[in-house]
Amino acid sequence: MWWSIPFLIIFPICIGALLYCIRVQKIRKGIAYIATPAVMAATIDLVVTFFKNGGQPVELYVNVPVASHVITAGEIILMIFVTWKCIRARKYWISLLSIVPTLMIVYMELTLQGMEEAAHIRVDHLSLLMCLIVAFVGGLITIYAMGYMDGYHQHHTEVPERRHFFFAVVYLFIGAMFGFVLSADLVWIDFFWETTSVCSFLLIGYTQTEEAVTNSFRALWMNLLGGTALAVGIVYFENVAKVSTLSALVQNSQDGVKAAAVCVMLMAFAALTKAAQLPFSTWLIGAMVAPTPSSALLHSATMVKAGIYILFRLAPAMSGTMTGYFIAGIGGFTFFMTSIIAIGQVDAKKVLAYSTISNLGLMVACAGIGKPETIWAGVFLMMFHAISKSLMFQDVGATENCLHSRNLEDMHGLLYRLPKLAVFMFIGIAGMYLAPFGMLISKWSALRASVDSKNVLVILFIVFGSATTSFYWSKWLGKIISRTMHNVQVKDITKKNEMFSLTIHAVAMVALCALFPVVSNIYVHPLLAETFGTYTDVLSSAVMNMLVVLILIVFLVPLIAYLSSKGLHTNMKLSYMNGANCGNDNTFTDSFGDPRKLHMANDYFTERIGRHALMVPCQLAVTAAIVVMFCIVIGGVA
Amino acid sequence: MRILMPILYLLLAPLVGGLLDGMDRKISARMQRRVGPPLLQPFYDVQKLFAKQRIVVTNSQTFLMITYLVLMIATGALFYSGADMLMCFFLLSTAGIFLYFTAVVTDSPYSYIGGQRELFQEMCCEPAVLLTAIGFYILEDTFQTRDLIHADRSAIVALPGFFIAFLFILTIKMRKSPFDESTSHHPHQELVKGVTTELGGGNLALFQITEWYENVLMLSVVALFILNRNPWSIPCAVLVVLATYFLEILIDNTSARMRSQKMLQLSWAVTIAAAGINLVILILVR
Amino acid sequence: MGKVKRSPWLLHYDASSCNGCDIEVLACLTPVYDAERFGVVNTGDPMQADILLVTGGVNAQSAEVVKQIYDQMARPKVVVAVGICACTGGVFKDCYNISGGVDTVIPVDVYVPGCAARPESIIDGIVKAVAIFQERSDKHEKYIKEHGESARDMSDPDAAAREGNPADFFDALGKTSDNKEGK
Repeated sequence: MWWSIPFLIIFPICIGALLYCIRVQKIRKGIAYIATPAVMAATIDLVVTFFKNGGQPVELYVNVPVASHVITAGEIILMIFVTWKCIRARKYWISLLSIVPTLMIVYMELTLQGMEEAAHIRVDHLSLLMCLIVAFVGGLITIYAMGYMDGYHQHHTEVPERRHFFFAVVYLFIGAMFGFVLSADLVWIDFFWETTSVCSFLLIGYTQTEEAVTNSFRALWMNLLGGTALAVGIVYFENVAKVSTLSALVQNSQDGVKAAAVCVMLMAFAALTKAAQLPFSTWLIGAMVAPTPSSALLHSATMVKAGIYILFRLAPAMSGTMTGYFIAGIGGFTFFMTSIIAIGQVDAKKVLAYSTISNLGLMVACAGIGKPETIWAGVFLMMFHAISKSLMFQDVGATENCLHSRNLEDMHGLLYRLPKLAVFMFIGIAGMYLAPFGMLISKWSALRASVDSKNVLVILFIVFGSATTSFYWSKWLGKIISRTMHNVQVKDITKKNEMFSLTIHAVAMVALCALFPVVSNIYVHPLLAETFGTYTDVLSSAVMNMLVVLILIVFLVPLIAYLSSKGLHTNMKLSYMNGANCGNDNTFTDSFGDPRKLHMANDYFTERIGRHALMVPCQLAVTAAIVVMFCIVIGGVA
Repeated sequence: MRILMPILYLLLAPLVGGLLDGMDRKISARMQRRVGPPLLQPFYDVQKLFAKQRIVVTNSQTFLMITYLVLMIATGALFYSGADMLMCFFLLSTAGIFLYFTAVVTDSPYSYIGGQRELFQEMCCEPAVLLTAIGFYILEDTFQTRDLIHADRSAIVALPGFFIAFLFILTIKMRKSPFDESTSHHPHQELVKGVTTELGGGNLALFQITEWYENVLMLSVVALFILNRNPWSIPCAVLVVLATYFLEILIDNTSARMRSQKMLQLSWAVTIAAAGINLVILILVR
Repeated sequence: MGKVKRSPWLLHYDASSCNGCDIEVLACLTPVYDAERFGVVNTGDPMQADILLVTGGVNAQSAEVVKQIYDQMARPKVVVAVGICACTGGVFKDCYNISGGVDTVIPVDVYVPGCAARPESIIDGIVKAVAIFQERSDKHEKYIKEHGESARDMSDPDAAAREGNPADFFDALGKTSDNKEGK
């Protein structure tokens, strides 16, 4: 009955292995067009089976020594692979971050006695949601990537052709993500976690330039650092408490077992590295050198969500504790500071990267506060963000292929030059931050819950961060819709499969905005019930109604205004340039009497809020906070 | 009541807003020892604008301007119908985005820079506006305005810091010197007319009317600080609103325009200092 | 649509003036003369202005600018030439670089002579211009009543000609006047 679970984990890995051996693009595409829908179908089957079973959480695979030994072997293989890579690149110290935790885990696996027998797989609403995101968002990205990489290699002839490797790693990653979200056993979670770290490392270094290699190793050590903390926490906890599942960990922590609290803190720390929160944000920024599909897949839509997923699982344990306060504060601080840095970015992918970190910060803050309202807000944030970021990255990638530039200034007037791509971009951005979509209800809920849990810092961070977030997104939107009189004709060379993926994303985005009350009732409320043990009605019906009214207003008013003003006859005038407009709205007569082209650009405030000005102080501040958190929690105060 | 108040807002707010605008011009003139225009001058202005030829630089301006107006009215109507204040403020910021769109869609220099400044202004104002809603929530445990006006005590007693922060950004919202960055009511404008440079005739009239709706909404928030269950609070609130408005006129006439960066620094500093400290105290006490 | 004359918005442009008349124009807005009591607002934007106040004579550079600013104004509009240089070219009338008064490029409705023109005369000229503004607006409204609401927005040179107002020929994107060049 639950055949889809092992299928979802093992099948993509096999496909990855297969794709590694195939060098012919057409066969690769064929395999992908079969494999991805297969994965999607299996996920749907899993969802259907789950609901047919009553929609209650299911724990499976209690006695699976073979699988456990395979996983242990896998851990060792990963350790050897990472060490080999580090030695070859002469970054020896990083290999320690892989050797130490792996040996600890393996030792524990071999020697620990007296463990309770427990399930290794857990299926509930949250893990299903993650499966859906991985299968559909991730799946669509693989289809998009097939077309995109063609254009990419045509454009970047200096990058060695290693697409068999690229797609192999992508599918391996998808399999690892399924394993990660469906695992209940802590050691299994650790294994799949490390696998995603290694996949990320491999994909960032794809282009093999010096910069890419450096960035890939930075990502590796940061993620491995998190993995080390994870391993230490798991080993410590399992030795003390003799239980091996995540849900047991959460329960123990809520019951006050100190080892559990320490493990929770270490896992939360690991989640911070995975979700690229300050001070670990630089790996995600550096990851932007990779081709767009990997940025979309790993660094916005799916892998970073792994950290958030863990935090959501830990939320009941963190609620009201020191760990929770610190995590919420770090998340809020990251949300605010990275949104300021995003204002100063001119490269579209960097803007998307910083906004990803910023959104993740908000989700981390929601998890840290740990109340049902904030988890509700966080889950919706996660859903909106996954679809929207994936859409945006793909769109920016396709636009870059057409324009040969990622500079925001070059996207001036995109609506008139590449209409389809611009409309999708508009939907993606609007769905992210424009009230009443996406972030609105999450911000509303998070603010209210922060007040209820008396977290002043988080309130201030959300309030100020909301203002700055608005700024950089509106700026981008304005750029797209400005009409441009410079007649630079651009050919839209976006491939059909890229357009297909983009269209599905845009439709999903709009559907989610429209159907969100329905989704809330039938899916997210049960999710909260499972996490917190009680069924809570997060939003009063008054607020829900207001939200629906707002959505209708913001959808309908511009539409009606547009339709009713279409028939109006108006007189067109030249734009005002002090009377010196040459007559075509893009040149003016200068003081010598010659026509001069008008050029307008946004101000990016780089000296004051550029990355270089702000990043290091922020990293130092948060590192200090993390050190304090470690001391407090390990010292046993909370 | 829940339907009557929004309708009253819809019908009366432009009249009240226009009268306030007229009072502003009259009092400013008297401050400058001039006679000044008649009190109903703003209405004559709007009437004239509707009588002019409809001109645009690009056709999208019209529907974007209409959207701005309607969203602003919707915000005020929701506020007056007693709905959730925080949501109203989020809708307000969305309305502001459409003004920005109207300015940048023309791709004309003064309008474009004016639009950027308008966005910047929004960024300066938003923290204080959101914190106001939060302040009320801490006090009364609700965001709904229909419950807030029935509080036992005037909110300003417990929320003085929030009040100060809100007054500060009110100067920005009402486009009064020293913060008339994106467009100004005075002839001496850095950017010709900033966001309204490419608006003429009917579109400018719509902008003017939207400003009136917005001013009435902002002053209503000020009134909310004073209103409580006691019916005597209503005339008190009106007096405070008029005093606030006079204060804004005074500030307008006695200060020169500031640089935008200074505006950001000042407004955020005041917000953090006044509203932030008030917030900490409230949270500790409650 | 009622009394538009209660809200005449000015655009003040210096074509090549020595600034003498400009100072007098600005003086009209000061407390002593206070043109704002008539509802006059000095706006810097032609798209929002009703009355174009030009000072100084027209030369090659400012001719194009004056035409463009006049084009950008919305109908109904009125032009006032302030100072003798704007009326006829003044003392510079025979200079090689001055074409003459403002009426060499755009139609002028009110002439306010003087060097520099006094604020009282300027206000007198504005008051006359406001009356013309009201008259044009009434004719406009009548035309719209006869031809429907859509006529409000359409640039209809024929209608303008029927009203006997050559000024309205210049409405349209990029069109320049092809008459009244030279002296």
